This record gives sequence, structure tokens and C-alpha cells, in this order.
Amino acid sequence: MITINQLSKVFQTNNASITAVDKLDLSINNGEIFGVIGYSGAGKSTFIRLINRLEEPSSGEVTIDDQTITALSKKQLRLSRQEIGMIFQHFNLLWSRTVRQNISFPLEIAGVAKAEREERVDELIRLVGLSGREDAYPSQLSGGQKQRVGIARALANRPKVLLCDEATSALDPETTDAILSLLVDINKQLGLTIILITHEMHVIQKICHRVAVMEQGAVVEEGNVVDVFSHPKQSVTKKFVEQVMGKPEEQATDETFMHHVEQGKVLRLHFVGETANQAVISQVAKQFKVDLNILHGNVKQTQAGAYGTLYVQITGEEVEITKAIDHIKSIAVEVEVKGHA
Amino acid sequence: MLNTLFPNVKWFDLVIATGETFYMTLIALVGTLILGIALGLLLYLTSKGNVWQNKGLNFIVATVVNVFRAIPFVILILLLFPFTDFLIGTLRGPNAALPALIIGSAPFYGRLVEIALREVDKGVIEAAKAMGAKTSTIIFKVLLKESTPALVSGLTVTAIALIGYTAVAGIIGAGGLGDYAYYYGFQRQASDVLFMCTVLIVIIVFVFQIIGDTITNKLDKR
Ligand SMILES: Nc1ncnc2c1ncn2[C@@H]1O[C@H](COP(=O)(O)OP(=O)(O)OP(=O)(O)O)[C@@H](O)[C@H]1O
Ligand SMILES: [Mg+2]
Repeated sequence: MITINQLSKVFQTNNASITAVDKLDLSINNGEIFGVIGYSGAGKSTFIRLINRLEEPSSGEVTIDDQTITALSKKQLRLSRQEIGMIFQHFNLLWSRTVRQNISFPLEIAGVAKAEREERVDELIRLVGLSGREDAYPSQLSGGQKQRVGIARALANRPKVLLCDEATSALDPETTDAILSLLVDINKQLGLTIILITHEMHVIQKICHRVAVMEQGAVVEEGNVVDVFSHPKQSVTKKFVEQVMGKPEEQATDETFMHHVEQGKVLRLHFVGETANQAVISQVAKQFKVDLNILHGNVKQTQAGAYGTLYVQITGEEVEITKAIDHIKSIAVEVEVKGHA
Repeated sequence: MLNTLFPNVKWFDLVIATGETFYMTLIALVGTLILGIALGLLLYLTSKGNVWQNKGLNFIVATVVNVFRAIPFVILILLLFPFTDFLIGTLRGPNAALPALIIGSAPFYGRLVEIALREVDKGVIEAAKAMGAKTSTIIFKVLLKESTPALVSGLTVTAIALIGYTAVAGIIGAGGLGDYAYYYGFQRQASDVLFMCTVLIVIIVFVFQIIGDTITNKLDKR
């Protein structure tokens, strides 16, 4: 458990003082992927750097498990940092070292013996999928491969926590997806807590369990990803949700479907974090004597299942339709019957 | 054939002089490397935003470096006579030139080292800190290691300046090709000697340049 208590950071510049993080409170559970989203300048990077004290807090506390990070001496902090991995937007690899040597660096710092180091490095290279590239220099790697090295390096000392500051912001969409899946795998395999900073809502949607929205140094909204998606309260949050779901007015109104529907019924299925969702349509079509026709939909996959809305036209005998609707309802999908032809 | 073209050149003496020039350059280069890296590190680490940030110390080191760089080398040799006499016990010969050579070129190299260190990506230093690295690890395994190509190319430039300095020191009796050119070539108006010394110095400069460039290219993995 990571507890952040009234954490603040004030930067003193020549003519002003900037409060980058403002009395922030947060608690993050062990083993979860926690996302922090906010616009540029919201204080996200400052916040994540306060967690391992790359930035010294002006006030407040950070506690990881039972250790109060903010109270540690310099020497204790160095040891503690070995248990907190960090990955960066621009990878920050040592260009004079090969992949293998880069991954070995944190182990050298921790004083691990050579033979053990080599064994661990081989393991990590396999884990992040870099076999065959171990003797390349960073300049010979693609962005995605560099970030894989960054991840392997961050995991070398078997940390409890992984901090990611815009880890995919320098990558193209496909590479971003690959790196995000790697993070999910690692989270599942190693049970590691991941704190992830981003300004892209689809990153949150794809891999986070919980999310906090930051604005002007403070958390303005937090909760399970699906809850935040389905009921965004603050206007910033609404804007971020629109990044992924589109604007509400862009979603076609019910009437537009009606024009084309000549028989059967139109159903509005609302998914809020179901896990059995993908199969719903085909299952229903197989089990009941009905035909289903997808009219319109916007469903996104999150770590807690699907979220979004699907409009389907259902045709068949009235009895079968009723049975089908009951079945859909029974697997926890909200169903609304929008109209009859 | 050679003796008719270069009637005044004493080949054995020329070989000795070349050896002395190499000797002075190499030993002074080692001294310059050590002192220059120390100065460069001190300049870098005490500057704003770095581990030993210290305005006062940074100002003192920077001033010393600037003053020594401002003193013309010929004058520096003269100023250092008492110090050299105390340290080496003589004012003549290649060894007597070493203190002035090192003190003359270390501040110059120190600045080059400082520039090289500044080029090291701040993000990489930050990453090392985040891994729990000690300051000494950051200095040796990150700062110096990552800037090696720049440190070597800076050292090459310094070595070439040093070869020039050894020739100046030669005129005050340090030995080497400068000494030989001045006493046997210039003062005895033997242009063949002067010519031969020039050719050899140019060759030495080229050798250093080629070696330096080769090492720099080998090390540069960017
Ligand atoms: N070292 C510093 N000195 C002074 N001000 C700073 C410093 N670092 C950050 N700030 C200020 O603190 C505020 C928050 O910055 P921060 O980098 O944490 O934002 P961010 O949310 O990470 O933004 P981005 O998405 O652009 O990375 C900004 O107003 C920034 O100018
Ligand atoms: Mg940032």
C-alpha cells in the first residue's frame, strides 16, 4: 500500500513561487495499476518524482508499505530506491552500454555478484522480449525496444513498485499498445504495483484499474476506471473521457436508427465493466431463435471489462425476443428497449 | 644522399630530440589528464543544479582556471621557475619543463572536460539516481563513462597544443625538437635543421591527431 498524505511541492523561482503539487492525498493498493492523468503542467511529473524523492517534497508524507520514504536519510533512501523501479518518456539509457550492460547497471549499483547478475539479466531479456538484441547499443534500437530495455532495467532489482512517467508518449500507437501489454503482463506475473502518469485517456482505459485526475497540483477525481468513465464528474474528467468515447453529441441519437429499422426491436445495451461481454451477441444468436444486427456502438475494453454502449436490432418471434432480452439482462448488461418497428 | 641534402643535421641528436618531445608530451599529457579531469569535475559538480552545488567554490575554481588560461605560456614558464627548481631541482632538461606544461594545459583541458560533462543527458543521471546510485558511481560510471568520446577528443586537442608548448619550452632549454631547432637550426642559421625539425613536429602532431580520432570513433556508440 502506498499512502500519500498532504504532499506538496513548491518551486521557488526568481520572481514567483509555483505550487506544482498541492496538498495531495492518495492511496494506492498493492498490485494495482494506478493511472494519474492530467493536462500539461498539472503537476503529474512532479508528483511521481516526489514518490522516490527525485524531487524533495516541501511538505507531506509518502509511505510505501511500512516505510515512510519522506523520513529516510540519504543512505536509507538509496537502498529504498533499489526497490522502486522507474521508467521514463525518453528512456534514459546509457548509450555507452549495450542492452545487457544497461540492464545490469542497477544490479551493479545494488552490489549483486557478477554470476548472479548475468543470470538475472538473461532472465529479464527474455521477460521483455529482447532476445537476440542483448549486445546492441541503444542507438541501434527502435523506441519500443529502448523502452523494453528501460522496463527490464527498472525490474532488475525486483522492485515492489514501478513508476512510469509518460512511458509511451514518445512511441507510435502500435508500439504503445505493445508496451502497455507488456506492463499488464508484468503486473500480473510479478504482482507489482504500477503507478503510471499520462495525458492520454486511452492509456488509462487500456491498462489501469484505478485512475486519479490531476488539475493544478491536486487530485480532483479518482476511482475505478469504469466508474470514472461512466460517471465523470469534473469537466476535466469529461474531456478526458471524450478523448476515448467521443463527444456525446457525436453519438447518433436514437431516432436516426429508427428510420432504418423496419422490423423487430432496437435494444440499447450498456456495458459497464462486464467481463463476459464479448461473447454476448454471438451467444444470444446461437441460443435463441433471433437475428441480431449491430446498428451502432462504441465499446472500449478496460482492465475491468468492457465499457460503452451498443445498439442492436433484434428480430424474431416475440417470445424468443423476450427470452433473449432476459438472458442478456442476466449477464449484467443493462438493456433498454428503444422501440418497435 | 641524406647528408648532402641535410649537411648540418646530426641524425642521432635529432632522434634524441624527437624522443624528448614525445617524452615531454606524453608525461605532461598524463598529468594534464588527471588534473584536468579533477578541475572539470569540480567545475561541473559545483555548478548550479548539480550534486555539490556551491557558488563560492565554483567561483574560485573558475577564476583560477581563467587566470591560468590567460597567462601566456612563455611567461608561465618564467613565473614557475622557483616552483620548478624546488620540485625538480633543475631548470634544464625535459623534466624541468613538465610542471609548466601541466599547469599550462590542465586548465584548458579542465574547461573541455566541463563542457563534455555538461553534454551528458540529465535524464540518464536522474535514472541512475532513481536506481539508488551513490555520487561516486554517478561520477565514474555515468558522467565520465558517458562522456569518454568527448574527453578523448578534448585530450587530442590538448595534446596538440602541448606539442606546441614543448617547442616553446625548448627555447628555454627544455630539450626536444624546439630546443634543437632553436640552438642548432636558428642560431647557427642551418635552415636544413630547422626544416627537418618542423617536418618531425608536424608528423608528431598528425600521429596524435590520428590516434585520437581513431579512439574517439571507436568509443562513440551514439
Ligand atoms: N524545477 C522546476 N522549477 C520550477 N518550476 C517547475 C519545476 N518543475 C516543474 N515546475 C512547474 O511545476 C508545474 C508542474 O510541472 P510538471 O512537470 O509536474 O507538470 P506535468 O503535469 O508533468 O506536465 P507535462 O504533461 O507537460 O509533463 C509547472 O507549472 C512547471 O512549470
Ligand atoms: Mg511531465
